[in-house]
Amino acid sequence: HLATSLPLPSERDHLRPRIDLVVFMIDIKSKYSLKNVETSLAHVDASFFLGKVCFLVTGVGRVNACSIETNAVCKLGEAYCSPVLFCELELEGIRVTTAQRLVRMLGICAGHTPGVSALSFVSLMRKSDDD
Amino acid sequence: DPQKTAFLLRKAWTLYSVTPLYGFCRARLRDYARLLGAFIAAEKQKGLAVEVGGELDIKAALSSLADLRGSERDQAALLVQLSSRSRASSRSSEDKPVWSGWFCSVFGDDLSENVPEHFTCLPLFLTHGAETYTALVGSWFQKTFDCCFRRLAISPLNLSWMVAMWAGCKLDRAASAVELVFSVPRLSHPLDISYAIHPEDAKALWDSVQKTPGEITQEEVDVFMDCLYAHFHRHFKIHLSAAKLVKVSTAVASAHCDGIIKILHSQYLPGVLMLLTELAISQIQ
Repeated sequence: HLATSLPLPSERDHLRPRIDLVVFMIDIKSKYSLKNVETSLAHVDASFFLGKVCFLVTGVGRVNACSIETNAVCKLGEAYCSPVLFCELELEGIRVTTAQRLVRMLGICAGHTPGVSALSFVSLMRKSDDD
Repeated sequence: DPQKTAFLLRKAWTLYSVTPLYGFCRARLRDYARLLGAFIAAEKQKGLAVEVGGELDIKAALSSLADLRGSERDQAALLVQLSSRSRASSRSSEDKPVWSGWFCSVFGDDLSENVPEHFTCLPLFLTHGAETYTALVGSWFQKTFDCCFRRLAISPLNLSWMVAMWAGCKLDRAASAVELVFSVPRLSHPLDISYAIHPEDAKALWDSVQKTPGEITQEEVDVFMDCLYAHFHRHFKIHLSAAKLVKVSTAVASAHCDGIIKILHSQYLPGVLMLLTELAISQIQ
């Protein structure tokens, strides 16, 4: 399910399936997308931040078109205890790999991977980030 | 000092980053000029440099600009000038400048302190004149000193630093407007938005944002830009933050994201060059 911002319209609440993972997409070429994500974060229930939220920064292949400082996004990830993934959607290989990563994460968040919970997975990712 | 650097002002310079030059010797500038001239003549013979007025001879001249540097640790700037002389006349007063380029380093310690012997660090290269001559001079330097040139693009992030810094500069004369040009992506017809701000308003805004004079932080630049975006949105309901900032213009200097700069005020020349040197070094590393 795709949305341009949160909160989601309340009319369809009763039709909506359970949400297992929220991926916030930030376009490194658009400051507006970062502001939009920051405003939308306020509408997410706190329980999601136990491993069911991740930030996806797109457009990182184009260093010369950066409108956002990567530090700012990393700080956002730290503040919300959620991983930050970087990708370039214009390159098919990276697009496919990123999609596979997200599907793997979604599987864990939905409880389909025995022995691994969303929270334990996210702390694993953060440990490797610090290294 | 201002006399010698006057030729740098009010010209559009195209920016490149250059890796350190190997085996460059300051004493041999005359030799280099001769070799460069011969190289250009040879390339013209091969028909590779097709310029209007093929009967013109191109003469090269290299000189040092000792004052154009940040600290004593920087190398003095190197100026390369190409001038044409019609074969009909042999008087040197008839030389017409056709292209100029200069290498410089202003507080480029980040690069020069880590470089082995025999390397000369002049990471910033600025050119003015036909692209064919830039290519010729570039390839001669590459062949002779084993260095590498790359166009220096300026990201919207860096352009916003520049406009914040320069809008806050104190100028005695009446200043020209602060202008930001945005390009709107993903439309069937490209759309450019030009946002002009009265220089006094821009300076007043920056002065209210900057906490420590002489120091600038990313947060302060963000607040400055957000104020400009919010003001524009209030009036036109357009989010400039979603568009791409492509050019900034102030009374101090103007810069384009393709790596083109124009410096208008000699007082701020070192400051602008220092910023550009930093950008060039981060592109090299």
